[in-house]
Amino acid sequence: MSALYPLLIIAVVLGIVLNLAGGLIWVERRLLALWQDRYGPNRVGPFGLGQVVADSVKLFTKEDWIPPFADKPVFVLAPAVVVATSLLAFAVIPFAAGFVIADLSVGILFLLAASSLGVYSVVLAGWSSNNKYALLGGLRATAQMLSYEVFMGLSLMGVVIMAGSFRLGDIVEAQRHMWYVVPQFAGFVMFLIAGVAETRRLPFDLAESESELIAGFHSEYSGMKFGMFFVGEYIGVILISAMLTLCYFGGWLGPVLPGPVWFGLKTMAFICLFILFRAALPRPRFDQLMSWGWKVLLPLALLNLLVTGAAVLLLR
Amino acid sequence: MAAVFYISSAVAVVATLLTITCRNAIHALLYLIVSLLAVAIDFFVMGAPFVAALELIIYAGAIMVLFIFVVMMLNMGEHAGETALDVFKPRAWAGPSLLALVLLAEIAALVSRQSAPLSGVEISSKQVGVALFGPYVIGVELASLLLTAGLLGAYHLGRKAVTREDEVHGIDTRQSRAVTGDPVVSAGAGRSSHAA
Repeated sequence: MSALYPLLIIAVVLGIVLNLAGGLIWVERRLLALWQDRYGPNRVGPFGLGQVVADSVKLFTKEDWIPPFADKPVFVLAPAVVVATSLLAFAVIPFAAGFVIADLSVGILFLLAASSLGVYSVVLAGWSSNNKYALLGGLRATAQMLSYEVFMGLSLMGVVIMAGSFRLGDIVEAQRHMWYVVPQFAGFVMFLIAGVAETRRLPFDLAESESELIAGFHSEYSGMKFGMFFVGEYIGVILISAMLTLCYFGGWLGPVLPGPVWFGLKTMAFICLFILFRAALPRPRFDQLMSWGWKVLLPLALLNLLVTGAAVLLLR
Repeated sequence: MAAVFYISSAVAVVATLLTITCRNAIHALLYLIVSLLAVAIDFFVMGAPFVAALELIIYAGAIMVLFIFVVMMLNMGEHAGETALDVFKPRAWAGPSLLALVLLAEIAALVSRQSAPLSGVEISSKQVGVALFGPYVIGVELASLLLTAGLLGAYHLGRKAVTREDEVHGIDTRQSRAVTGDPVVSAGAGRSSHAA
């Protein structure tokens, strides 16, 4: 039984995350429609829920075309990387006390590592497509994700200093009296910005800005390979939302309701925030994005780290 | 766990060999990433999860991305690999093989003397930190000096080149045009005259 328990958790987590990622396509379209004063997909099934099924059937049956000028092995590998790395990160996420696949002592670092490996998917997709728009999108994505990763990790270190552990379970338990969003508000804001940039969502979707680059790094992709990028993006959104919940909003902690329900509610709220960003904010220019990251957010993250460290030492 | 160690070590060795022999630069870099991932697994199995995580974040997640970034920008043609064919001549292999043999002998001597590498004891990140800022603090400081020097050098090399003339007139085109007497052309000026 004890040997089967991790397998059971893996099955449950995989089932929930993949279905949620698919369902989010519908949630996003409906919410965007709500905020933009229109209906959105509401024809297929109750509330248009069947739209998800119709879309996936369409994606699976579309012609899966590999351009003759592309680098085939890398072209096929790229969409798999984004889904694999973001699913890998869920291995260390505790959904409730003890409900975790691998309770690593370096959990937070593992999360950062998995999300930084996700860069390869866009870089390789852009390069292997052998197309100038795809390459430009890939270059943009690489520069953006590399720059924002730096202070994404640094902003999380404030939480690590306060909790005194890299283990995600310990970080959540340390928030029993106060959520870290209060003492680490600056870190929270920086991590949120970095998280949006890391998932390449609007307003930071310059890697695929359709008005200038067709579709950026995935211009040449069709069928389920394109679907993988699509699903990978939503898994990334779920992952960043789960990290925000764990590190700043007390994870599964909460009154009355059971732990996993609290975790799910908080994560869902952040996912909706991500969609609201998309509905509300315009895209910055690429040079603004880069200079904002290096000249403003990186020094702020370092300052936050310094102040947090000093405060923790003083109050000890 | 010993099996995991040997499998990932074998993957690392094979991937590194392929890195050297692969003629497509991006494919070679991909094999190098696989090799780094395998080494990270080795570290993890040997009880050093902190080092394994850093290997993933810094080497696989940042440095190799920069390598691929640069190769992407270079846009080497299809025949770029042919220039590296000299590497496959036996004469070029003599020196490196000799050095590699020395290393192999050293590893063999080390392995035969020591017991199994898997102690099963996990070195926590706290222990790593205490060691780095305790007995090895001089190494950390030297590394930080080196990095600062590199940062300053990169800043100096990457600075926008300012010529003598720019310093005198400023780099604003409108101003420099006014000095040289060229007419100032604004966007859309030609179009409006067409309309008229």
